[in-house]
Amino acid sequence: MIKTAFAAALLATTTLAGATPVQAENHTIAPGEGAAERLQEALILAEPGDTIMLEAGRYALTEGLSLDVEGVTIKGAGMDGDTQSILDFTNQQGAGEGLLVTSDNVTLRDFAVENAKGDGIKSKGADNIIYHALRVEWTAGPKPTNGAYGIYPVESSNVLVQDSYVRGASDAGIYVGQSENIIVRGNRVVENVAGIEIENSNYAEVTDNLATMNTGGILVFDLPGLPRVGGGDVLVARNAVIDNNTDNFAPEGNIVASVPAGTGVMVMANTNVHVTENLLTNNKTSHVMLIAYSQDYSDERYQPRPVDVLVKGNVYGFGGTAPDIPGGKMLAAAVGGKLPPILSDGLAEGLQLMDAVPMLNLNLERVGQPLAEARPDVIMPGSSEMSAPAKSGALAAVVLPAGMEARLQ
Amino acid sequence: MKISSALFCAALVACLASLTARSLPASALPPPRINVEAILGVEQLDGKVRKYPRTLSEYGFFLDRAGRDPAPGVIGYELNTPLYSDGADKLRYIVLPDGAQMKAGEDGGLLDLPVGSAIIKTFAFGEGEDQRYIETRLLLHRADGWLALPYKWNAEQTEATLALVGARENITRPDGTTISYQIPNKNQCKNCHQLNDVVTPIGPKARNLSAAWLDARAVDGRLDTSPALADTVPHWQERAGNPDTAALARGYLDVNCAHCHQPGGSASNSGLDLRWEQDDPHAIGIRKPPVAAGRGAGGHKVSILPGNPDASILVYRMSSTEPGVAMPELGRATNDEAGIAVIRDWIENMEPAL
Repeated sequence: MIKTAFAAALLATTTLAGATPVQAENHTIAPGEGAAERLQEALILAEPGDTIMLEAGRYALTEGLSLDVEGVTIKGAGMDGDTQSILDFTNQQGAGEGLLVTSDNVTLRDFAVENAKGDGIKSKGADNIIYHALRVEWTAGPKPTNGAYGIYPVESSNVLVQDSYVRGASDAGIYVGQSENIIVRGNRVVENVAGIEIENSNYAEVTDNLATMNTGGILVFDLPGLPRVGGGDVLVARNAVIDNNTDNFAPEGNIVASVPAGTGVMVMANTNVHVTENLLTNNKTSHVMLIAYSQDYSDERYQPRPVDVLVKGNVYGFGGTAPDIPGGKMLAAAVGGKLPPILSDGLAEGLQLMDAVPMLNLNLERVGQPLAEARPDVIMPGSSEMSAPAKSGALAAVVLPAGMEARLQ
Repeated sequence: MKISSALFCAALVACLASLTARSLPASALPPPRINVEAILGVEQLDGKVRKYPRTLSEYGFFLDRAGRDPAPGVIGYELNTPLYSDGADKLRYIVLPDGAQMKAGEDGGLLDLPVGSAIIKTFAFGEGEDQRYIETRLLLHRADGWLALPYKWNAEQTEATLALVGARENITRPDGTTISYQIPNKNQCKNCHQLNDVVTPIGPKARNLSAAWLDARAVDGRLDTSPALADTVPHWQERAGNPDTAALARGYLDVNCAHCHQPGGSASNSGLDLRWEQDDPHAIGIRKPPVAAGRGAGGHKVSILPGNPDASILVYRMSSTEPGVAMPELGRATNDEAGIAVIRDWIENMEPAL
């Protein structure tokens, strides 16, 4: 009786307040006949706070899915193994991505997206988004015809990507672009062009990930001419960056098409980037590469150099044996058969290399200077060239809004 | 075009006829009623609130179930340069609340339609007796903003019902080809019709409407003033005789691309701004490298390479129907050969120094 009265009161409140939900509801979708329509309909009719449950099984989708309701959770039965929910876009006929999210406070978890024609899952202008335990995969492995990005949050604040797996992206497995306050943690990125890429973004932590068999493991970039430039304050820590030697399969024209195979961590045109306590091994060009943007640009806001980069406490294994850069073979031969673990084009400012390993410096003197004019030499650890006076202390921890991480429980 | 003009005329005649009917004495039938409450999403005469009315007929926009005869007060319009939609003919109407006016801005941009307005666009294929309506898309201006809803016509052509999740239909076009035509779902409507995350109309911009139509609206009191800056986008149907390829191309890009490719649009992160008023060469794509194009770049390095359409990503993506490559991403299953030809011509003849 009391319950009923309470419900009635809630209902009355709701009517007055307009769109406020009475209470969150679960909508369960099962695979099979008409599943695509049922799922898209549920995504459209969901109220804020609702959960769309995807029962285990394979969902054959011919159209892109989209979600534009705040605070909705899409939860599957699992991303892999015996019990998993797979959104299969192998026969997709339209749209630029598998799943598009354009609303805030959305949680995506425990399902897989396979063979999307464009990007796997994109969220744009979607603040406080969580990607958790997802698998986004192009199942035939690396191919230039695969979609560009696996997990693709852009123009958002407060982004958490955790415990997910991306394979086969022809640009970046996990790409966070033009965003701020970002945590990318505990993911596995395998056989993508770039494993993880943080681009034109600020305040990001990329930690405890495994990046392996990509062309490049982890990239921290800034590009000119975009609505948001001036990326920085990025921590790349405690990642395993192993065996990233897959031939670059990105379609030409894209910036990642210029990433050499065998790149561990690459920092380009970013400010205040800390690369610390990573394990880097079997990357055949360079474990850590610090370079300036080399193409023409006309954006006055743009800083093309790596500035205030700290490299410290990393563990370096075998590598640098087959550098995938012009003249790489000769260069390696000239410096003792393999490149040193760190490579700089010489254009970095405020570089702090605290690891006891040598660095190859290409000694370019100006941004945009062709590599052919490089005057490479090897700098030994402890040299003053390797360590500018520290400009900043530790990066402030990225803190997500209260309650956001609790949504993972 | 001929057909839609003919229909438009028919619609005008119907309007005039019903105007006459309205002036008859009280003994005549009451005039049909546009269901303002359905537009607004508020309590209707039957005491019910239907957020998403299930059928098009519920709104009372048309006198007949087939949706051919617009009700009095339903104003037809055409655009100088229209959006390409697989060659569908489009019948466009505006409905304004009783006594309300649209406002024309000073920039030749979007007409401001008050709350209670609706914009109606029917997509049709076939000519004369064979013409078939496929879908009617509505933009409803409610108190909390615009809402976009798609309605799909039945095979009998007697009713259009809400298609929240969209649909696909095999359609034979006038040239005999059969295509898989996509009716967008509600979210996909918003994908194009959004600016800064708020749903907005796209079509009725003063620059893309005929001066004659705008003048007529100003005279009949449905537009606050006849805007000075109007009718500047070229008339697409008359492109053969128009030597100003740049204006044709920029008009085409404005109408077909700029709703997403502008600051605050769905493709804002690309940094590409294809609006008519944008004059920064880099912003409109000249020598601009791609950002997140993926295989959509097609091996090309810039959106537009002056003098070389074949090395321009813009042309490459317009010339594909493959998801992940094709641009626009939504709303077409075929290439717009006429549009491609104009864009190619424009890039071909562009000053290499640009």
